[in-house]
Amino acid sequence: MTGAPLLELDKLSTHYVSAQGSRVVRAVDEVTLSIHAGETLGIVGESGSGKSTLALTILRVLPPAARIVSGRMMFEGEDLVTKSDEEMRHVRGKRIAMILQDPMASLNPLFTIGDQVSEPIRVHEGESRAKAWTRARELLKAVRIPSPETRLTQYPHEMSGGMRQRIVGAIGIACEPRLLIADEPTTSLDLTIQAQYLKLLGDLQKAHGLALIFITHNLGIVAKMCDQLAVMYAGRVVESGPVSQIFNRPAHPYTRALLNSIPVMGDPDKRLTAIDGQPPDMSTMPPGCSFAPRCTSVMPRCREAEPPPFVVGEGRISRCWLAEPATGGAELRVAGGVA
Amino acid sequence: MKQYIIRRSSYSLLSLFLLSLTIFFFVRVTGDPATLLVEPGASAADIAAIHQRFGLDKPLWTQYGLFVWSLFQGDLGQSFYYQTPVFELYLDRLPNSLLLAFVAMSLSLLIGIPAGIMASVQVGRFWDGFGKLFTLLGQSLPSFLVGLVLILVFSVYLGWLPSSGAGTPLHLIMPAFALGWYFAASHMRLTRSSMLEVLGSEYIKLARLKGLPQSMIIAKHAFKNALIPVLTLAGINVVVMVNVAVVVETVFAWPGIGRLLYEGITFRDFPIVQGVVIMGGGMIVIVNLVIDILYAIIDPRIRLES
Repeated sequence: MTGAPLLELDKLSTHYVSAQGSRVVRAVDEVTLSIHAGETLGIVGESGSGKSTLALTILRVLPPAARIVSGRMMFEGEDLVTKSDEEMRHVRGKRIAMILQDPMASLNPLFTIGDQVSEPIRVHEGESRAKAWTRARELLKAVRIPSPETRLTQYPHEMSGGMRQRIVGAIGIACEPRLLIADEPTTSLDLTIQAQYLKLLGDLQKAHGLALIFITHNLGIVAKMCDQLAVMYAGRVVESGPVSQIFNRPAHPYTRALLNSIPVMGDPDKRLTAIDGQPPDMSTMPPGCSFAPRCTSVMPRCREAEPPPFVVGEGRISRCWLAEPATGGAELRVAGGVA
Repeated sequence: MKQYIIRRSSYSLLSLFLLSLTIFFFVRVTGDPATLLVEPGASAADIAAIHQRFGLDKPLWTQYGLFVWSLFQGDLGQSFYYQTPVFELYLDRLPNSLLLAFVAMSLSLLIGIPAGIMASVQVGRFWDGFGKLFTLLGQSLPSFLVGLVLILVFSVYLGWLPSSGAGTPLHLIMPAFALGWYFAASHMRLTRSSMLEVLGSEYIKLARLKGLPQSMIIAKHAFKNALIPVLTLAGINVVVMVNVAVVVETVFAWPGIGRLLYEGITFRDFPIVQGVVIMGGGMIVIVNLVIDILYAIIDPRIRLES
């Protein structure tokens, strides 16, 4: 991928601070990533690894206790961290949109589908109600909802989960954003609907030249959908790079463990390997590498010093001492992340 | 479902029975009404005549039986003092009580809902703190004290408002406020917590992600959802208001049902006290019964538990 990235995160950190300021949770810790137009970036990690906080950080829709403490988010040449709330509001839904994971809860039960789908068009483009509704009908058609005309006047409870999630998707693309962030959009859908929905997202991406950030814990989906992958553990990106390379030759022990824990169909002899232990308590992080307590290749120095991001190939980094180049161990940082 | 309604209704009847029993014996503990109905120094014969006239000479259980029997026939009895049916007196005063309740309710909603929204949007900041003080005072200050302070300030010192009676809109202001404050506080608290719950929901998050202005998120998406429980409470509170206005109606000499009850108590007018209490209790029992049945219709889990 050539040219400047669409979105470039540079050592971005978001912390949750308790009311007394005594407990600090580094939910997103020095994350460096980038994504180009038309590309799909998968972000995987266990629950609580900071994936969703990262997504909410990009849109700056964080809960009151969370603060972006450092870093930059360059989007189309502008730093989103320094934008005012009002400027940010014009980015949300218009240039960057997001799909939430729970289709049953993310639509307002008291307003019609037409109202909710046309809302961003009316707010961001100042369209009249009638025009916005016409476009909403087109959007429902685009996400393959049958008889969109009647659906527009219906309420969320009159629809199935799969249909609602497609409507949330329609809201996402309503103003033709440049970047769409999908936070586990298929977790609560059943398998056949999941496949349909993923195909739909892929089609929309092609049709609109969207960049897509796909947050999931399903590595199968990553293999199918994504070009780039970032693996998160305890708030950090521990490995990132092109999906095919990471799947073939994972550099970080955590990525390896994740890949080994995927069940393989038709191979009854292969036992599933679980990762022993629990993710660390994010408010009292151990010194050194946060994965060290669970790592099978742990070395003494892992418990002392935190590994920096080492370049392990073209556009690939790994935060692991094993990836340290043999030549003197010089710390090599990458400016452009996974690009 | 049918079984549930039958069971629930029999509970309601049981509560009404216990209420009738309690109120019947409690009023009789207050003393002999005959002594208040005759001239001072009246002869024992006169008093006995009055006892006989009102059936107070019969054994208590017989009196109670007669009371319940006439209740079943829809008769609340006849006032000792006014010499007219209690039900007529009740209907006579009802419009005044409803008017006061309506104004106090409107006031409580007009104050409580916006204040609750402000507090929820400003959690932990000035308006939330101010709101907490407002609810604390509203729910802990007795309404007679509020009433007396209002009279002292607005009638005695400032001379702006009439201290008692009914007839003009000016007469309504102080009693409505004294009665409405408590309810404004309770509506405010519920609006605040209901708003906070709604503001934490996924659809509000999506509204934010859509880039809607904060004012639109609050006024359109959050408010409408948060209003549902508040309106439910307000509906129940109207009934409660009509019945708890005794103190306020007494302080401001407002000719409503509460004042009627107060008169009944001072004159030991047993039928009035019994009648007003049974009517009030009946209303509350019926409202609760209807709500319980509605919940069971809405939520299948409640039906299954029975």
